[in-house]
Amino acid sequence: MELFGLFISLALVNNVVLNRFLAVCPLLGVSKNSKNALNMGYAVTFVIFIASIITYLLYHQVLKPLKITYMDLITFILVIASLVQFVEMFLKKTSPEIYKAMGVYLPLITTNCAVLGVALDNISSKYNFVEAMVAGLAVPIGFTLVIYIFATIRERLEIADVPAAFKGAPIALITAGIMAFAMAGIAGIV
Amino acid sequence: MSKLDILKNGLFKENPIFTLLLGMCSALAITTTVTNAIGMGVAVTAVLICSNIIISAIRKIVPNEIRIPVYIVVIATLVKSVQLIMNAYTPELYTSLGVFIPLIVVNCIILGRAESFASKHGLFDSLLDAIGMGLGYTLAVVVISAFRELVGTGGITLNNPLNAEQVLFSFNLFKDYAISSFTSPAGAFLSLGLILGVIEGYRNFKANRAKKAEVK
Repeated sequence: MELFGLFISLALVNNVVLNRFLAVCPLLGVSKNSKNALNMGYAVTFVIFIASIITYLLYHQVLKPLKITYMDLITFILVIASLVQFVEMFLKKTSPEIYKAMGVYLPLITTNCAVLGVALDNISSKYNFVEAMVAGLAVPIGFTLVIYIFATIRERLEIADVPAAFKGAPIALITAGIMAFAMAGIAGIV
Repeated sequence: MSKLDILKNGLFKENPIFTLLLGMCSALAITTTVTNAIGMGVAVTAVLICSNIIISAIRKIVPNEIRIPVYIVVIATLVKSVQLIMNAYTPELYTSLGVFIPLIVVNCIILGRAESFASKHGLFDSLLDAIGMGLGYTLAVVVISAFRELVGTGGITLNNPLNAEQVLFSFNLFKDYAISSFTSPAGAFLSLGLILGVIEGYRNFKANRAKKAEVK
């Protein structure tokens, strides 16, 4: 039950995009088309889940016993970069269709701050292994949910009559702001 | 391009946040108070200056295929140093900026400048570019945070980063009319959207006037 509470809290209440401002770049960059947004969501979910497990084990089994925890940032970013590269190669070999559909967005995941953010949060919030795995699943699901809803709103915004100065990024940010207000409304449930 | 143009480029024409839309995550998260914004601006500028200098210095010996991993390791080392220094000397600022200090590693501005400028230009030009871009980032986050703090709390308070108790500067204009939701996450999106819209509107206005002057 506690784990379920943690899941809801990380996926909805403390949503990674609307509440903690991680992964705003892909939110603005890859949300013009709802199908691409969903694909991006899947890829990010996979990378964050695996990355949070590997970085957690590395930190507690390697860095901590060796007393070199100050190397965490360099280790984590290398793990994430090589993981993204690996996912890219794996998809290219096994399912070229999915690889083609996600093509451009895969390398972008390295600089998605949600990935590094979750890895660092798992350490600083002192989660145990199971909690870290739940966090690694809940955060990207929250991300996928928001980026998909946001993309469908933006598809509609394309044909809306927006003042010239607010076209593009400004109106997208204001939309995200209104979504964040809506998310804040469910803050009380956990 | 003259030396001064390189410096000015990052401040106005290619401002990383207002024009290039890079590094938005931190720009939204840390702009709750002006103190935080200045602290973050200084941290990003410091990392940017060091990374641009180092990457420009090693640009000829790094093989092209592995340049991105090399850049990331250089940047991660610098960010960790900044993080440790801030933890030691500015503990309050360190706590309030939180995870966004280590996340400077994945801030697109720094890798972006390394890839698009420092890897192609000499040491001095890269230094100027870093100063310009860093100041541009600082300017942008200070503008956003000043707006948010003014609307959200009704005034602006500036603390000494080395000693949080000491207030350097403070004023209160309309405390009773503060809209507190502007300090909340939702307010961050709204503020940045409004500011971007106003800047875009001003640019359109200027372009239109220039066009009209041409017709006459």
